[in-house]
Amino acid sequence: MHARRSPMTPLVLLTLPAFALPVGGLAESPLAWWQSTPALLALAIVLASLVLARWTPRTAFTEALLLAPGLFAGAALPLVLLDGGVALDQAAGLWMFLAGILALLWHVMERLTECSGFFRHLLVPALFGVMLIYLWEVGVRGFQVPSVLLPPPSSIAGALTTQTANLEDDFFQTVIKAVLRGYLWGCGAGFAVAILADRVPFLARGLLPFGNLVSAIPVVGIAPIMVMWFGFDWPSKAAVVVVMTFFPMLVNTLAGLAASEAIQLDLMRSYAAGYWRTLLMLRLPNAMPFLFNGLKINSTLALIGAIVAEFFGTPVVGMGFRISTEVARMNLSIVWATIVVAGITGSLMYGGLSWLERTVTAWHPSYRRR
Amino acid sequence: MTAFLKARMPVLAVGISILLLWYGGAIWLNAPQAIEGFARAGRAWGAMDLVHQTFAMKRPVLPTPDQVLSDLIDSLFHYPPTSIRNLLYHAGVTAEATLLGFLMGVAFGALLAVGIVHLKTLDSSLMPWVIISQTIPILAIAPMVVVIFGNLGFTGLLPKAVISMYLCFFPITIGLVKGLRSTDPLALDLMRTYSASVSQTFWLLRLPTSLPYLFTSIKVSIAISLIGAIVAELPTGGTAGLGARLLSGSYYGQTVQIWSALVMSALLSLTLVGLAGLAERLIVGRGGRKGA
Repeated sequence: MHARRSPMTPLVLLTLPAFALPVGGLAESPLAWWQSTPALLALAIVLASLVLARWTPRTAFTEALLLAPGLFAGAALPLVLLDGGVALDQAAGLWMFLAGILALLWHVMERLTECSGFFRHLLVPALFGVMLIYLWEVGVRGFQVPSVLLPPPSSIAGALTTQTANLEDDFFQTVIKAVLRGYLWGCGAGFAVAILADRVPFLARGLLPFGNLVSAIPVVGIAPIMVMWFGFDWPSKAAVVVVMTFFPMLVNTLAGLAASEAIQLDLMRSYAAGYWRTLLMLRLPNAMPFLFNGLKINSTLALIGAIVAEFFGTPVVGMGFRISTEVARMNLSIVWATIVVAGITGSLMYGGLSWLERTVTAWHPSYRRR
Repeated sequence: MTAFLKARMPVLAVGISILLLWYGGAIWLNAPQAIEGFARAGRAWGAMDLVHQTFAMKRPVLPTPDQVLSDLIDSLFHYPPTSIRNLLYHAGVTAEATLLGFLMGVAFGALLAVGIVHLKTLDSSLMPWVIISQTIPILAIAPMVVVIFGNLGFTGLLPKAVISMYLCFFPITIGLVKGLRSTDPLALDLMRTYSASVSQTFWLLRLPTSLPYLFTSIKVSIAISLIGAIVAELPTGGTAGLGARLLSGSYYGQTVQIWSALVMSALLSLTLVGLAGLAERLIVGRGGRKGA
């Protein structure tokens, strides 16, 4: 029933001709499927799990579970062959087989999407991410892409472990010294000026057009000026971050402060609440979604600003410095390792802010269960 | 006239105070250099001499607005548009990469959005990664993308456009997914009673209703695309483009050149966003939404 319903089953069948084609090349001559023990073993496991999943009464989840060993064995085959010294650049059979395995993975993801909660929201994206990294690894190693073009993920992971000390120093220099300080100052100043502008409407009407104007301007361009004013060390980077984060925070805070409804404001007035009490009890809580929006936008902007500013001159440490020098020295795995650190930092900042937002604004309609 | 002035008053006031601050900052920041110059020339100086000198430095720490403006005008009108000394030439080079990257970004972003809206599996598997992809400070890898493409034999336009594309597909995807999903359920039901196919529903109903969302995203995207193109020009050490102007200005301490390149990029950005707004008014206006 289920197998017929899925459009992916014919794709799996289409891989049948793959077994007539070579699975790899050993010492300049093609290697057939029956000549390679790992290939036969992987094939056996894949077939066994397909058969089990086909003829066992199942739910969507058990089907995915039964197919998992087959997926794993099929995916491991190219890596095992590569480790065994088999060349894969002529292995048409293996690549067709791999296409079938990917179709199978897609089928599994489809079934998991039908499941609830955890599987749909965590496992499916995780599988997709693993698939991307896996394809990168197999593609780069299988087709022998030179590492000055694109290093495989395994060598990036290697660089992460061997260069930990350097990467830590860079992280400290760029993120802790420049980004964090600039971010706090920029967001703080944007927030403070927004409150001031809220008290003085004249200022708000004057500032808002400039805020919108700046959002269309490539602010990163001030990086060379800041480096000239504040020197090579972290203050110049923090200054770039301050300028970049100020206006998004200002605009978002102003929009948030305008989000309270007239009827709510009237209620506060009928309670004889003054400006500050209304601000604290009603308008700031109402502005929270907007504030967090600004904070989240700024978290990525801040990282970009600091790293780009480092392209214009740094002491011999920092993520931007590492990237620009190691690119010049063709050490791309270190560059990618730095990017991984930056990506994880960005994701953690974003994720942390999202978590905080959920906690602080749990009352907001957008978090209600549908 | 008075109503017009009254509405513009706050903007004018803030604009004028920014200018005043700018001139004040120029005096403050350039003073040490100017005083040193006086001392070296061995001449006595008063307050007015100092102000005068700080406004007319050759390599000021902070150039005054009129210095920037005169440099801009000089470069725009005293050299032919094809000359390397004309900022219009550099703006053209950057705009080319920006627009190519923008078009690629719109195509890629729209493709992802259509896939995400129509395939449930793609929605749950790809969407989180689209969001994560933006928490990676992608501008950081701009130099590497340029080097990789350089090794593959592509130089000039394409690497810059690819970086712009990566930056600007995100707002398009997010906006279009939201737009394609915001179709009125009643209208969708109507399409079903007409037994319209998926593609008919898409072209005749979903796409037109998503246009306002799409254009909001387009205006954001095109500004980001310009940022991508400018940053991509930094590592090439190239000779053309606004980013290259910024870099060479910072190498040789030509502050006025940096500022005029910045002003030029702001003008370019405003032009591009303005054009997107114009297209929006033409296309969305034609759909009869104004009357609705």
